[in-house]
Amino acid sequence: MNRYPVWKYAILVIVLLVGALYTLPNFFGEAPAVQVSSAKATIKVDTAVQQRVEEALKAAGVTPDFVALEGNSVRARFDTPDTQLKAKDAIQKALVPDANDPSYIVALNLVSRSPLWLKALHANPMYLGLDLRGGVHFMLQVDMQAALTKKAESYAGDIRTALRDKNIRHGGISRDGQSIDIKVRDEATATAARNLIADQFADLQVTTTPEGTEFKLRASIKPEATRRVQEQALKQNMVTLHNRINELGVAEPVIQQQGLDRIVVQLPGVQDTAKAKDILGRTATLEVRMVDEGTEARSAETGRGPVPFGSERYLERNGQPVIVKKQVILTGENLTDAQPGFDGQTQEPTVNLTLDAKGSRIFKDITRENVGKRMAIVLFEKGKGEVVTAPVIRSEIGGGRVQISGRMTTAEANDTALLLRAGSLAAPMEIIEEYTIGPSLGADNIERGIHSVVWGMVAIAVFMCIYYALFGIFSTVSLAVNVLLLLAILSMLQATLTLPGIAAMALALGVAIDSNVLINERIREELREGVSPQAAIHAGYERAWATILDSNVTTLIAGLALLAFGSGPVRGFAVVHCIGILTSMFSAVFFSRGLVNLWYGRKKKLKSVAIGQVWKPESDSAVAKTN
Amino acid sequence: MEFFRIRKDIPFMKHALVFNAISFITFALAVFFLLTRGLHLSVEFTGGTVMEVAYSQPAELAKVRDTVAALGYPDVQVQNFGTSRDVMIRLPVQKGVTSAQQSEQVLGALKAADPAVTLRRTEFVGPQVGEELVHGGLMALAMVVVGIVIYLAFRFEWKFGVAAIIANLHDVVIILGFFAFFQWEFSLSVLAGVLAVLGYSVNESVVIFDRIREAFRKYRKMTTHEVIDHAITSTMSRTIITHASTEAMVLSMFFFGGPSLHYFALALTIGILFGIYSSVFVAAAIAMWLGVKREDLVKPAKKEGDPNDPHAGAAV
Repeated sequence: MNRYPVWKYAILVIVLLVGALYTLPNFFGEAPAVQVSSAKATIKVDTAVQQRVEEALKAAGVTPDFVALEGNSVRARFDTPDTQLKAKDAIQKALVPDANDPSYIVALNLVSRSPLWLKALHANPMYLGLDLRGGVHFMLQVDMQAALTKKAESYAGDIRTALRDKNIRHGGISRDGQSIDIKVRDEATATAARNLIADQFADLQVTTTPEGTEFKLRASIKPEATRRVQEQALKQNMVTLHNRINELGVAEPVIQQQGLDRIVVQLPGVQDTAKAKDILGRTATLEVRMVDEGTEARSAETGRGPVPFGSERYLERNGQPVIVKKQVILTGENLTDAQPGFDGQTQEPTVNLTLDAKGSRIFKDITRENVGKRMAIVLFEKGKGEVVTAPVIRSEIGGGRVQISGRMTTAEANDTALLLRAGSLAAPMEIIEEYTIGPSLGADNIERGIHSVVWGMVAIAVFMCIYYALFGIFSTVSLAVNVLLLLAILSMLQATLTLPGIAAMALALGVAIDSNVLINERIREELREGVSPQAAIHAGYERAWATILDSNVTTLIAGLALLAFGSGPVRGFAVVHCIGILTSMFSAVFFSRGLVNLWYGRKKKLKSVAIGQVWKPESDSAVAKTN
Repeated sequence: MEFFRIRKDIPFMKHALVFNAISFITFALAVFFLLTRGLHLSVEFTGGTVMEVAYSQPAELAKVRDTVAALGYPDVQVQNFGTSRDVMIRLPVQKGVTSAQQSEQVLGALKAADPAVTLRRTEFVGPQVGEELVHGGLMALAMVVVGIVIYLAFRFEWKFGVAAIIANLHDVVIILGFFAFFQWEFSLSVLAGVLAVLGYSVNESVVIFDRIREAFRKYRKMTTHEVIDHAITSTMSRTIITHASTEAMVLSMFFFGGPSLHYFALALTIGILFGIYSSVFVAAAIAMWLGVKREDLVKPAKKEGDPNDPHAGAAV
């Protein structure tokens, strides 16, 4: 009765092997590495960059363990921190000739020392949380109300222009909170205005209320459009943050959306919070100016003369200089959106800009007066300007919808639109949570966490082995398997291990031993009642199972509640806690039974089992069994 | 080895009233301290800035306090954290000053007084986050309570569910009472510990209920009283050994885990100790007073020994 069919042993062996395989990468430790990633949205890291890195290293006489392209970055691993630093200098020199205008970020990083064949199996070590590796964490709250107000403001201007274009007379347009009020004299006008808005502004809904002899139209943003505005605002802010963080040269920044209106930024290894915050909070500005096309300027452009008075020299993204007038026509504030698209007639890729009402008016005047001339869109960041694009004005542009086309690929159009959008934050943000952990504290925390788990386990193992003899050893081995599986699953999920997570692991082991104690006590009890050893083992496992299930389900309920409502450190705790309960059911019941069956299952005439002394109340010493 | 050599069932339920009186008094004290002293909530809940700095020599707290107070922070807490060289400084939220400015200003002043000081950790939490944490914590608590009552009602009987949850919620209040009395810092990880204890000690009650159910089936002549006594006595050995093992793990965290896990381990220790007491004595007694009967657990329609019976014989 205490035998497993072969397939059950097969499952056990397979689970153990897979578990061991995926736990393995955690034990190799980390090696120094240099990571190259893109500093600009327009520059992609690909195999060409990998080759350049390899060549640079060869030229400098540094031999890496390997150079590999992973996702959006190239990583080169080295033996020692010395070669790592040497390699960083070499790569920096080769890829970033101008330190003020880096195209690539060359950062020091740590990568796992695990061999390539493990990586090929997607067996990667767990990711260490900030509290274990040191770094900076920010949580930013995006002011969605401000984003909506901004949107409503731009709609108010658009409606004004649209009504004027159609010659619909109104008695004033004003923004009230996030809706737009339009006053009209009579019902016919109200209907006309209403139809116009329904026609041209699909995202608005209008209600009409009579006010004395007049009518008031109230246009508000539809709920689904509101959601879209919020999603876009969040996404745009994340893109902007990404661009800015790139400058910090952080190897693995985490920028994540949390909830509907929050962004979490984690910068492992960064210690200078002040600088990080400065960069996160900086606003990039976008300016539209005219290109200076005088003869002096033309000679300055080719480098043959000085830049004329009242103009400045900027570089275009392809490195070509452009002489731009100092006078600013429009700023990024007037730009409400920038999207890539296609020209309806030529099928060329385009970038479509949307301006607000004020911007449209100015833009209309400027374009009327300057047909055939060039204008430049300049993006300022860190006080340094770069010409994003400098198109020729072909005709007067009214209505606030601007199309930039010509000499662009689809990818370029995408990038330009992104740059234009990312120039500014869609909505203001506020830091609502922040913490910094020094690298020494991180290392201390790892050590403390591991010590807690190891010593706790040792104490339990020693006790179990003494008290339950051979069954104690079975229980201890199952507990070790529990740790193995827990680590393997966490590694497979690529979960982030934090100190609360390690605490949860310790607690999970402390609780997991309960199942083994239940089983062992039950077997002793059966023996005490005079049941034969084989039957006692069978009954012990069978009867303890329901109890184990019940008690684990209640613990799991608590874990799930923590997972559902907890945040930050509590979540890290809850994930490990829940997985620990599941693995403990497997190891304490299924696996330990396998061990017992393997040991005792074939012995038909089993006289006694090594489960420590079983004391019987009838005659104290005579029947006591010790092995 | 066999620690527990009990010949006869111990008549626990005779003293049910005494056990409940003890636990009621502890509970009342805990509530009293919670109300009068309140919890010393960590910065995660209240909002504000926490800085942890390390000196090369044992730090003089009074001097540090003076340095920080000189910057114009009226309500500053300065205390040792872990070792005598590590100092924790807690600043309240201040309008108009960002957290970055706050921590830099303080570090600057400390560096001016002693250049050897290094920043180990800073933490800033805005006030709105704190409110959400309290809300999230209460929601989690509610979900645990409802979830466990439903599960136990489904597996056993509603009386057991109610008894288990009353007994174990009072553990939670007692842990909080301890934190209020000693003014230990109540942080997010302590909250996680408290909720984990709730699940953990309910599972203690479950083991005993399981045994009660089995005894009802097996010993048809025993009264409810005797059945409960028998259940508690026969699970005694397992109860003590299991909790000792768990406690060994928790103590390991207490001694090796450093200051970050200190209060977490403390909350678990109190929870485990009171958890044994309340889930063994109090939960069973409440179930008894709620009037559990043999008929509640042993369904007459079901055949004894049916192997497919989901309620069949689980016990320790």
